[in-house]
Parts: sequence; C-alpha cells; structure tokens
Amino acid sequence: METAPKPGRDVPPKKDRLQAKKKPRRYWEEETTLTAAGASPGPPGSKKRNRELRPERPKNANITKKSRISRKPHLPKKPRERRNLEPQRSVSGAQDPFPGPAPVPVEVARKFRRIDKSKKLPHSKSKTRSRLEVAEAEEEEISIKAARSELLLAEEPGFLEGENGEDTAQIRQADIVEAVDIASAAKHFDLNLRQFGPYRLNYSPTGRHLAFGGRRGHVATLDWVTKRLMCEINVMEAVRDIRFLHSEALLAVAQNRWLHIYDNQGIELHCIRRCDRVTRLEFLPFHFLLATASETGFLTYLDVSVGKIVAALNARAGRLDVMTKNPYNAVIHLGHSNGTVSLWSPAMKEPLAKILCHRGGVRAVAIDSTGTYMATSGLDHQLKIFDLRGTFQPLSARTLPQGAGHLAFSQRGLLAAGMGDVVNIWAGQGKASPPSLEQPYLTHRLSGHVHGLHFCPFEDVLGVGHNGGITSMLVPGAAEPNFDGLESNPYRSQKQRQEWEVKALLEKVPAELICLDPRALAEVDVISLEQEKKERIERLGYDPEAKAPFQPKPKQKGRSSTASLVKRKRKVMDEEHRDKVRQSLEQQPQKQEKKAKPLRARPSALDRFVR
Amino acid sequence: MNVVRAAESLLALSQQEELEDLSKDDPLSPSEDEGDIDGERKHQKLLEAISSLDGKNRRKLAERSEASLKVSEFNVTSEGSGEKLVLSDLLGPVKTSSLAAVKKQLNRVKSKKTVELPLNKEEVERIHREVAFNKTSQALSKWDPIVLKNRQAEQLVFPLKKEQSVFAPIEHVLSGWKARTPLEQEVFNLLHKNKQPVTDPLLTPVEKASLKAMSLEDAKMRRAELQRARALQSYYEARARREKKIKSKKYHKVLKKGKARKALKEFEKLRKVNPTAALEELEKIEKARMMERMSLKHQNSGKWAKSKAIMAKYDLEARQAMQEQLARNKELTQKLQAASDSEEEEEGVEEEGELVPDAVNEIQMDANGPNPWMLRNHSRGTKEIKVQDPEQLPEPVAHEASENEEEERPGAEEEILLNEFEERRSLRKKSGLNQDAELVSRQEPKDSSSQEVLSELRALSQKLNKESQQSGKQNVSSMRTVLAVQREEPTEAEEEPLLLQRPERAHTMEELEELGKEGCFQNKEVPRPVGEGQQSERNPDNQPGAPKEKKRKEQMIDLQNLLTTKSPSVKSLAVPMTVEELEDEEERDQKRMIKEAFAGDDVIRDFLKEKREAVEASKPKDVDLTLPGWGEWGGMGLKPSAKKRRRFLIKTPEGLPRKDKNLPNVIINEKRNVHAAAHQVRVLPYPFTHHRQFERTIQTPIGSTWNTQRAFQKLTMPKVVTKPGHIIKPIKAEDVGYRSSSRSDLSVVQRNPKQLSIRHKKHLKKNSVD
Repeated sequence: METAPKPGRDVPPKKDRLQAKKKPRRYWEEETTLTAAGASPGPPGSKKRNRELRPERPKNANITKKSRISRKPHLPKKPRERRNLEPQRSVSGAQDPFPGPAPVPVEVARKFRRIDKSKKLPHSKSKTRSRLEVAEAEEEEISIKAARSELLLAEEPGFLEGENGEDTAQIRQADIVEAVDIASAAKHFDLNLRQFGPYRLNYSPTGRHLAFGGRRGHVATLDWVTKRLMCEINVMEAVRDIRFLHSEALLAVAQNRWLHIYDNQGIELHCIRRCDRVTRLEFLPFHFLLATASETGFLTYLDVSVGKIVAALNARAGRLDVMTKNPYNAVIHLGHSNGTVSLWSPAMKEPLAKILCHRGGVRAVAIDSTGTYMATSGLDHQLKIFDLRGTFQPLSARTLPQGAGHLAFSQRGLLAAGMGDVVNIWAGQGKASPPSLEQPYLTHRLSGHVHGLHFCPFEDVLGVGHNGGITSMLVPGAAEPNFDGLESNPYRSQKQRQEWEVKALLEKVPAELICLDPRALAEVDVISLEQEKKERIERLGYDPEAKAPFQPKPKQKGRSSTASLVKRKRKVMDEEHRDKVRQSLEQQPQKQEKKAKPLRARPSALDRFVR
Repeated sequence: MNVVRAAESLLALSQQEELEDLSKDDPLSPSEDEGDIDGERKHQKLLEAISSLDGKNRRKLAERSEASLKVSEFNVTSEGSGEKLVLSDLLGPVKTSSLAAVKKQLNRVKSKKTVELPLNKEEVERIHREVAFNKTSQALSKWDPIVLKNRQAEQLVFPLKKEQSVFAPIEHVLSGWKARTPLEQEVFNLLHKNKQPVTDPLLTPVEKASLKAMSLEDAKMRRAELQRARALQSYYEARARREKKIKSKKYHKVLKKGKARKALKEFEKLRKVNPTAALEELEKIEKARMMERMSLKHQNSGKWAKSKAIMAKYDLEARQAMQEQLARNKELTQKLQAASDSEEEEEGVEEEGELVPDAVNEIQMDANGPNPWMLRNHSRGTKEIKVQDPEQLPEPVAHEASENEEEERPGAEEEILLNEFEERRSLRKKSGLNQDAELVSRQEPKDSSSQEVLSELRALSQKLNKESQQSGKQNVSSMRTVLAVQREEPTEAEEEPLLLQRPERAHTMEELEELGKEGCFQNKEVPRPVGEGQQSERNPDNQPGAPKEKKRKEQMIDLQNLLTTKSPSVKSLAVPMTVEELEDEEERDQKRMIKEAFAGDDVIRDFLKEKREAVEASKPKDVDLTLPGWGEWGGMGLKPSAKKRRRFLIKTPEGLPRKDKNLPNVIINEKRNVHAAAHQVRVLPYPFTHHRQFERTIQTPIGSTWNTQRAFQKLTMPKVVTKPGHIIKPIKAEDVGYRSSSRSDLSVVQRNPKQLSIRHKKHLKKNSVD
C-alpha cells in the first residue's frame, strides 16, 4: 500500500528554466536554438537535425497548405517514420512541440509480442512471404497499441517495507490497521462463530462477496465490503466445501452426502446426487465447469451452464481431498496420499501428468495466477515450489515445523500457508517471480486452527476460515490493483452482471479444449494433416503436390534422339542425387562431433588390458 | 405384302437408273459445250479470214488490239515466245520529241507499284488476332498494379469512387459562408461589434495586442499576483464569516464600542485635516441621528423590552438592561456623536485583515508538525523544537507579541477581550491536534486572561496524554503477547527497543515524553541487539539453502535429491502453539521419525515402477511375423529359431523421445487429446506450404479479451465493405487516376477478359468480310 513516490519524469531540468529567463519563449513560437530543442523531452534526434536545417518560414496561412502537400508522398510509409516528419501546424499557427504519436517503450511492447521471430521458417514463396510479413506487421502494431494502453493501469502495486532491516513479519495486523486509512482498516475484521465449527470460505470472482460454510452446517454469504448479509442458513448437514459459481448469485455447497446449489437468498436450487460425498470444489469460470473431488476417488466435471456432467474420472488413488485449479490452463491438480500430484483434464481418462512431490502424502496444493508456480505441502513437513512450465521441477523448498495444511496464492504471487493456528505469508520479488521461502512477509496468529484460506481478488485481503470463525487479514500488496471492468468489476450493478453473464456464456470455452499447453491449440494438427495427405494420395493415385519428374524438352535438328533424351534425364537425376549427398555429408560431421565428445580424448595403449 | 415390296424395289431401281443417267449426262455436256465453243471460234476465224480477203478490210485486219497467245500464219503474234512485251521496249526506238510526254507518263506509271495479291483468309485472320491481342494485353497491363493493390488491400470499400474531401483551410470555407437566418445575423452582428474575428479564426486584435504587450515573465508575475489577491480575499471572507457566527453578546458589544470609538477618533482627525470631508461626514451622522429618532428601536418598545419590563420589577439586571437601552437611545440621538455603521465595519475588516495570513501560515506550520510521514525523517529536528520550554518563546512569536503590544491603545481592555476570543476560537480548532503547546506558549505572556486559557489547554492536553498513554500501554501489552509467541522468554528490557523501532510507536512515545511526564524514558536510541542477533543467526542458515543443486543423470539418486532438498532454518517463523521449536538434534530426530513413518510405503520406488510401466506402454510395439513350423520342424515345445525370429521381426521406427525422459519425478501422458485435436486446423490453406508458416500467421489472438478496442476492430475488419444503397459500378480509368483511354471498350475488356477474344474475333471477321 505504501509506495515510494517516484521521481517525476517530466520535471524540467534547471538548464531549461535558465534559458527561459534569458529569452522568454511562447509555446507557439518556433524553437530556434538547438539547445532549447535538446532540453525538451520527446522527439528523437533525427527530427532535431531536420529542424535545425530548415530555414525559418514566415507564419502564414499558406503554410498549412504547403505542409499538407508535402506530407502526401509520405503517406504509405509506416507510422514510425511519420513521427520524424516536421511538426504539423494548426490553423491558429500553434505548433505541436511533440509531433506524431508518443514513443512507446520497447520493453513494454515486447511483453505483448506473440510471434517468436528467432524461430526459422522453411523457405517460402513470395506470396506466402507477403502474407507472413502482413501478419508480423500486424502483430507489431497491435503490441504497440497494447503497450500504449498500459498507461491506463493507473494503480501501482506495492509492499510493506521494513525500515533498514526491520522484519516485516513482526508487524502485526493491529499495526497495519492503525497505519492505513479508515476504508482499508474496515477490511480487517473477525467474525466470531465458535458454534459451528471450522469454516471454509470463498470469495466471488469480483472480490465483492464472501461465502463461508461451517462444518456444522452454517452457510452464509455476505457483501463483505459493506458487511451486508445476503443469506444465512443452516443446512443441517456437514459442509465440506463451499464455492461461488460464475457470479455471486449461485453458490455450490459440498454437503455430507450430495452437492447442493443455492442462490444468493439461500434457496436451494439443485441437489446433484451424481456428485456424492464431495470433499473439495473448484470452479473453472471460462468453461463453466464445476470440478468436484469426492471421497470415492472420482473427479467429476459438472457443466453448470447446461447442468450436465461432462466427465467423471476415476483417479484410482483413494480418497481425494486435495484439489486446486490452474487458472492458466484450467487443468485440475489433485494431491494424493502417495506424494504425487496428478494433473487432469476432462478430455482425458488418464492424468495428463503425474509429479512426485513429497515422501509423504500431499496435504495442500496451490497454483499462482499465471499458472507458472505450484506450491505443495506434504506430510513430510515440507513446503515446495514447483515450476509448471514444462519441467515440473522444484525451485525451492523448506521444512516447516508443522507442515502447512492449507495453501493459497494471491493474484500477485504471495503465498499464504496455514499451519495450525498460524498463517504465514511469503512474498517474491514481483508478479512473475516465485515467493522466496526464506523469510515470511507477514505472520498472523488466529484464535483457532486454520481450515480454509483464500485471497480476495482485487483487494489486499486474505480471508482465513478457522475454528473460531472467519478472519479477514490485511496483506499489503497481495492483490492486483487494476481490475478489468469488463471482466470482473467489483462495482458492477445487477444489470451489468446480467449482461456480463450473457456475454460470458456466449464465450464459453468447450470442456474438451482443456489441455496442458493451451497454446498448442493454435498449432496445426500435423498428424491428421499427414494422414489426410496420405489418404488423398491413395485416392488420387498420385501425389498432386509432388515435384514433377524432369521431362526433357524436345529439341530440333536431330538432337532429340532417344539416347540424348535419356542422357539429359540422367544428368538432372545425378545432380539431385549429388545435392542430397552433399546435405547428408554436411550433417554427418555434426553428429560425429557430438559422438566424439563423450569419448576420451586420447586412448592409451594400455587400454587393451583394461577388462 | 411381297408384291408391294417388289413393286417398291422396282421403283427404287428405276429411280437409281435415272440418277445414273443424269450423272452420265452431266460429264458429257461440258465437253459438248467446249466443242461447241471451239467450233464457233474456228468458224468465226474462218469468216474473218474470208472477209479479210476483201481489199477494203485488209489494213484493218493488220491492226492488233491486244496481244494474243495464238499464233496465226496471217499476222504477227507473240504467242509462244514466252517473252513479255514491255512498253519501254516499244518506246525505246522512238526518237521523236512528240512522244517524250508519253514517255514521261509511262515512266511515272512504271514507278507506281502494282497492288499485291490479297492474302488468303486464314492468314489475314491470324494477323488480325495477333495484333488485337498485343493491343489489348498492352491496354490491360496498365491495370495490373491496381489489381494487385486491390488484392492485397486490407479492406475494399465499394463504391470505389470516393467523394474527394476538399482540404480547404477554414478561412476559405468561412469566407464563402454567409449569414442567412436572423439568428446567424445577430450572432455576426455581435461578433462584429466586439471586434471578434469572423472570417479569420486567428487571435482577436485585443488578444494580439496583449500578446505583444506581455512577456511570459510579466504574465507569470501577474498571475501570481492575482493568485495572491484571490487567496487573500478568500481568507478575509472566511474570517468575516467566522466572526459573523460568533454569538457572544459581550464580544459584539465590545466590538461595536470599539468601532464607534474609532470612528469618532477618525472623525476628529478628519476634521483637522479636511474640514469639508468632515462636514460631509457630519451630515451623515446627522442623518443617522434622524433615523434613530424616527425609529422606535431603542425606546423600550420591542418584544424583548416588553418581556424585560415584566421582569424589571424583580430583576435588577433586566432593569439595568432596559436602562442601558434607553441610554443608548439617548446617546444615538445626541447631536454630533455617532457615525455610520457601514463604514466602520469596512474599516474594521481592513484593520483585522492583516492578521489573517499570518495565522493561516502558522496553522500550516503546525500542520507540518504532527504529520507522521514527515516526522519520521525529521524526528530529531521536531524533537528539539519540542524540547524547548514553553517559557522560551521562539523568535517570530515574540516578535508578533511585541507587535501586538504596539497596537495596544487606550482602549486596551477591548483589544484584550478580542484577543481572548480569537485565542479561544483557535484553541477550539486545534484541540484535536496534540501539538499546540507552541501556540499556547505564544499567548502566555500576555495577561492573566490568557493564562486561564492556557490552564484550560493544559488540562486538555493532559487528558489527551492519558489517552495516548493508555493506548501505548495496550500496544505494549499486545506486543508482549506477540513476543511471547515468537520467543520463549521475552524480557522487559527487550521490549522497549523493539517498540521504538516501529515508526508509529516511536512517535507516540516521543509525545508521551514531551507533553506528559518528561524524563520518564531516556533510552530512545538504544539499538536492538537481540533483533540483530536474530538476523545474523538467520542469515548463515539461509545461505546453504539458496543455491540449488544441479540435476544429475542417475535417475534414482536424482529423485532422492529432489525429495530431500535442504531447507532453510525455521527460526524466523512464528511457531504454532502446539509445536515447540526444534533444536537441531530434535530436528534430526523428527526426520528420522518421518523416515520411519514412511518406511513401509516406498513412495519413490512405487513411482519409478509406475513410470517404467507407462514408458513401456507408450512404446510402439514391434511386429513379429514368424510362423512357427514354417520352414523347419514344428510341434509342441518347439520354438522358432532366433535367426528366423530376427528375420521376420518388423521393428517400428523409434518415435520422438518422451517429454519426461530427463525428468525423473514426472510422468507425462503422451497420448493424443483427440477431442482437442478436432478443434485444430488440419488443412493448410493455399499459399502456405509448411504448417509452421501458417501457424505464424494465426499466432496473434484477435479477440477483444486480449486486445485493445482499436486493435480488435482492426483485426476483425471485414475485407470488403459495400455501402448500402449505392450502385457498385465497374472500375474506370478515371477512378484510379489514369486519363480516360481512347478505347471505349476498355472497361468491358477489363471486366471479362474471356469474352473479349470471341467478340474480338467476330469484329475482325466482320472487318475482313467488308
């Protein structure tokens, strides 16, 4: 929350001010001296030179016309080059001191690049090349546009910072509450609900609503910002887990026997008997899938938009009670008692991958919002962070005095772990870095044992469900400060929510598209491409795309004898063969080098006696 | 039936015979004709020869009209010689000059060539075609760039011909425009009257003049002045409003008295300096007196007076008040005494105005003091200021006080009263802040009344201090609990430094010291050795954990490594209640215990086994085509020989290496997701020859989720746009900037080149026929 004020970028240098004193210059006057031009931030160097060389013109209305004409031949050029043009003149004679579009920082634009130009493409025809060029130009332009719009993300994230070596973990909630403004201080609260046992809790996708369910059947939802209670019921049955569906209007509750769905007034809408003895719930918002893990060892996907069960997968690993979703690719991660974490998609009957994480059983799994890191804690009291980008290797690990029973990642990559009645939070360097497990960022002791952890989206708040009720902790720097008003708007009205719902349903992603690497969907299915090609060849009896064999042209004056025709054919064939051999020879030394390396450099004469 | 048939066949035969007769006749007839013609010719010749025997016609016969090929014995012919007779040969021997003209004419005729024989039809047509093709292809080739451009265009908007938007400067547009409606005319009139530019939207003459007149510096200064004036005005206004709200009667009375007195004094002064002005003033006063006499305001006739009159019998004060009112009436109705109120007020405001900015500044200064953000950095400086005793006044305050004393005049009591009010007000304002010791001290030396105020303030601050102390105690107690959690035996001595290191806490402590009991704590700058010690303990433990060990080739060892990564120490964590902190030995014990606990289920071995199975399952199977007993002995218990098996085993080519080949702790499923593959592209579109080329063009997402609005619109732009209600005409040369061609059929040609050839041919044919 505290952010160090950045030095203003556009504070004019003193030199400039001095110059202004010497000879006052209006903004509409032309810059005559080079130094003045140098002092002003903005246009690149080449432009400066242009201006210097250009003789001064009298200010007339004609100039506007002139400039228009002179601009005409430049029109087809790229927008970047246009920036170097002379500044436009408006009717009033005022001159834009920073003509053209503002320069875009390269690093920001690189963030939005999608095409990896370093990868070489096979040689392409001119027609293809022009298409590729168009695509590349388009991509660049779009990335620049996106980089420009970064400016609109006004809020900056920040962390609690200890002063010269002060440990932030020793700062208590009370201190934070004391220091922050009233509105933020109101976000720290405790709900004392000792009667209905340990609580599980869940925030709605917009971060505005909170649902919690106690072991002894107490279910309630509230607008936690205004503390307005929406509904409160007792389901008279053990509540294992609770989760909001796509909006705050629907609520899934995993009860002792079956899965129930309630609306925001506490009215039971559905009882889904095919999902029985559910222990954990996860909702995939873009696919409208509710994933349930049950005691019977089944992972069931329920499409909540049509009410059908998409897939029921048998994990074959006993009771399932550790589950989390990967927000990047919507893959479900299950933790098992044999120390493995398995990755599931509704399209496959077997797990997409299995990772051996712990010696003992896995107690908790959490995945960060970018889908890059997975944190696991096991019965061996270890807390590990895995890299999910293809390698699935542990990046860091540490032993905790009492293993973490619950884990949660915040939007900006803070990791919270609930160990007994203590919550520890670790922070990394930034959004794209894993949390460093050496020192906790914050710690907090609760009145009961932790039973559920969830970071509130778009608010620096961690909700903790425990034996004694619910605690809402302030965790500075936890949440993404900028929300997308079209995607998840915490301040949306009912009408907006309804409209968003329609849009989201229209954009629903089919369940079978869930796979480990979602980018692979944008690739050509090479196997079926080859297959189809083969079938076509079979059907036609020849390869239509094959290069036609060389056919010598008939020549006149008796040179087109059969013998000479054969000779010419032979020549071309030999040439092609030679090319092939040359290529293979070029590749061979590389292979040989590879092979030669592991061998010893110098075989000794005594090697023959080695047995 | 037969009879009929026979008759028919006969008929047919007869007909055939007739036809044959005809055909026989035909070839005969021409020969007959020829014979006839020959005969006639001979006959004619004979007749001629006979007639030429006559004497008269002899010469005539010798004349020859044309060259004939026939040789006759009677006259000269060139027939059979094979030589052509040329005119020049005939004229050669002629020497007479009379024939010279003829000769010339002949020469002229000779120079003219004869018309060649026309080519045959096919040749003519071919040539025509060729020429036509060349011409049309040349005419069409100039459209090539346009066609190419249109093909590559991102978007085509039909109709292609656009209304050329005229780039006219706004001045030109405006000059052509005239005010027509009465409203417009009125507006123009107004503009003209105020010398606003009508046609030329440049600056007005006034603006231009001002621009010329004022430099940037001046403008800045003037702006600053204006700002200052505005600020001052707002201060005055605020002050006036504040004073207006004061409800104290005493204050108002005193104020009024003071004003009256001052007005009188000024009047006296004015009389001395400027008698005429004084006279005018006097007249004013007189007028006020008249008004007072006319009104019943102070004559005990109002509501208040009546109510007082009832009470007057018993209440001395009421009586006094009534008396006062009457006295006032008398005073006002006395000649040459009172002055007009309005002037006084103005003067009063002016007089008091000088104080305002100072007070405002002071408030700002004070506001700087308690700001927790600023205080952190300058805590030393502020502390020093605060340490000063209230008796020792800061320089500027003393100065102000002296000023105040200067201002004191005969009516000092009033002034004091006024001051007192001001103080009270300011106190009320600042009582929320606990930093106004300075302010209090400033007022201290004035007099006894302000002393009272000071005592009040003291009481207030005392109260505040108590509160803060209590809160501090609370904090301390809560801190204690935390420390109890973090350490086994927290001591009282350790507490204080820890408290001090927190910014907020330090601040409150300082306050406590300064305002309340001074000298209670003296150990502010005590470093916190314990905390640092903790850190130093922590750090070495962290170092070995940080560098990660590299993977090795051996799977088994590697896996062991993976699962037993070295971990940083636990000490920095807050330990849960139930678990006591572990010493190193205890930790080792615990590890052993864990190992024992998981000894039964060897997780790693199970996993490796599972992985091996998965790898085996995913490997492509070899095809064994051996037939037992084929080519050798067969029977029970006999196996085909190894050589044979090797020969008939078809090895499947090894596929790509598994993705988890080098990842010992991972099993990645290699099976293809058929459902997802159904959504993938499986046909390469036209210009692409390799799938990677095509993949590159579909790499960028086009949805609005991933793009800005503009980019999204650009990406989803339709390729062809037609304006509704517009006729889309074929492209013309003028549309694309060519001059209109002479050929009228060019546009047609451009549209359907296939039809062209046929039409053209017809056209040519027609020509050739003509």
